[in-house]
Amino acid sequence: MAVPVATAAPTGPAARRPADIVGAAPASSQPLRRGTDRAFLALCLALTALAVLILVVLLVTVWRDGHGRLSTEFLTNYPSRRPGEAGVKAALWGSIWVCAICALTAIPVGLGTAVWLEEFAPRSRLTSFVKLNISNLAGVPSIVYGILGLTAFVRLFGAVSADRPLTVGDPDSPFYLQLPLGHGVLAGGLTLMLVVLPIVIVSSQEALRSVPRSLRAGAMALGATRWQATWSITLPAALPMILTGSILAISRAIGEAAPILVLGVPLFIRSVPNNLASDFTVLPLQIYNWANRPGDAFHELAAAAIIVLLAVLLTFNAVAVVIRQRLHRSTQ
Amino acid sequence: MTAVPVSPAARAAAASRRGTPRAARVRDARERLIRGALAGCALLSVVTTFAIVGILAAETVRFLGMPEVSVADFLAGTTWSPLLGAQKQFGIWPLVCGTLLVTAIAAAFALPVGLVTAIYLSEYAPARVRTAVKPALEVLAGIPTVVYGYFALAVITPFLHDHVSERFGTFNALGAGLAVGIMILPIVASISEDALRAVPRSLRDAAYAMGGTRFDVSVKVVVPAALSGIMASWLLAITRAIGETMIVALAAGGNPSLTLDPSAEVQTMTAYMVQIFLGDAPATGVEYRSSYAVAAVLFVITLGLTVTGNLILRRFREEYD
Repeated sequence: MAVPVATAAPTGPAARRPADIVGAAPASSQPLRRGTDRAFLALCLALTALAVLILVVLLVTVWRDGHGRLSTEFLTNYPSRRPGEAGVKAALWGSIWVCAICALTAIPVGLGTAVWLEEFAPRSRLTSFVKLNISNLAGVPSIVYGILGLTAFVRLFGAVSADRPLTVGDPDSPFYLQLPLGHGVLAGGLTLMLVVLPIVIVSSQEALRSVPRSLRAGAMALGATRWQATWSITLPAALPMILTGSILAISRAIGEAAPILVLGVPLFIRSVPNNLASDFTVLPLQIYNWANRPGDAFHELAAAAIIVLLAVLLTFNAVAVVIRQRLHRSTQ
Repeated sequence: MTAVPVSPAARAAAASRRGTPRAARVRDARERLIRGALAGCALLSVVTTFAIVGILAAETVRFLGMPEVSVADFLAGTTWSPLLGAQKQFGIWPLVCGTLLVTAIAAAFALPVGLVTAIYLSEYAPARVRTAVKPALEVLAGIPTVVYGYFALAVITPFLHDHVSERFGTFNALGAGLAVGIMILPIVASISEDALRAVPRSLRDAAYAMGGTRFDVSVKVVVPAALSGIMASWLLAITRAIGETMIVALAAGGNPSLTLDPSAEVQTMTAYMVQIFLGDAPATGVEYRSSYAVAAVLFVITLGLTVTGNLILRRFREEYD
């Protein structure tokens, strides 16, 4: 660094600084360059502070607008035309059902894809096509997945008439199903699975890649097959990272409204899902409905529902941190 | 286990000599089964892509074949009025223009701010500040977009109305664009920061040894070295901004117009799709089908940007090992 050069005061008219002798930089540019450095640091601090400030303002605004509406009734009431009696029960349970289905499908399929790509896939054109395809899927807007869900799940490509659906099981059991799926929780969960699948795959791939090659080589040198090495050595070692990535992906699913909205779910629901074909709504969609209505009362409801949504996300992430640390300790 | 053969050749030889042991055969069958199941998982993502492309293409062709619609009008028309009874017009440009206006505002805010934040976190910030700011960015990244839509309505737009100009009404492009910008800010900041941190120390040391200030080192050496990663983060962020739905559906309004005025009410491609899918347009009507064509345009634009981003990362990546 040039600091000593710049601070060394000349002792007389004949005193020359090293920089003058080699002619590297004119002496007068030093203060300017240091000024630029300071100004840039100030800019950095200001813009970083702005990012943090935005977060604070956002959280404070939501709390200011919404905390007055929070109560146990808000969690146990159905939505209502009268703001004083409205609650998020239907949306909260809808979110839980849909995200549970999303997690139960997206994590196994995503992890399976990641294991195939990292441990089994031959180095071929087909494999690199699959990889390229996954990174392109990650950039597809979520509302487009909604259209896919609408056509493939809700309507089953028109293969079965919606007026006379095929039914499976007893309507009273939670596993009652009908084909086409209609806008029930199963269609919603599967649509969200498609949305988060690329995220699960990419994060699981990174987790598997972080496991040293030597562990696999050791297992296989002892006679383990590829799958035995993967199942008993690689997966346990990668588990904390896999879980973290999956939980981040499911958090994304909890906050998605656009793909669910496309499915054509009813806007006004006064029931809790009781089987895979039940009508549902989700928290972000409920927030959208309330925020979209004129009037302060509904905006307060939206803010209160946002607080509930953020609380759910926070709990979810806290659980993830705890699980990860437990596992981390046990695999050390 | 008994007698594990050393190589496949040895195993084959052993098998032909005295028949494969039952345990080994079961093991091989299980191995093949599992391999097939895993490949099936990977197949699903390929099927997803083909299904999206197929559905959008088929429905777009059906829409363009309807008597009210012409291909030339759709691609070159400057009026989008699908709900106006007899005078329906389907020119995609007002929706594209609305999307680009909102995206441009978001990018003008988020790309520079995100990059400077990344430079600060990677090159300047003491460890203590880093550990405070990084989680804040992660929280911002994890907030659902509908919350940013509420933020635009409750904070940004009233602020614009009160402190900037009376012309900003309840719905305007600037408020929505800024909210989208806040949403993509953490993407730019965190991916750019990763790219900056991946630049090896030796480059920085060399620049300092030449008498560079911290500004010289970070802006003239580290940023150019990490440029491919930074560009990739920008493209990814722009892609997310173009596809963002809930913010613009709440805050940008519903008036498809060919304007660049940031205080105007605009409609983006995604917001139009929300209007149609939430409305009660009949599923066989021309306005309902038009949303598939809009989705196809949106898909082509975002896919193009994603592919470009991947190409930049691959082609211009600086290797330093």
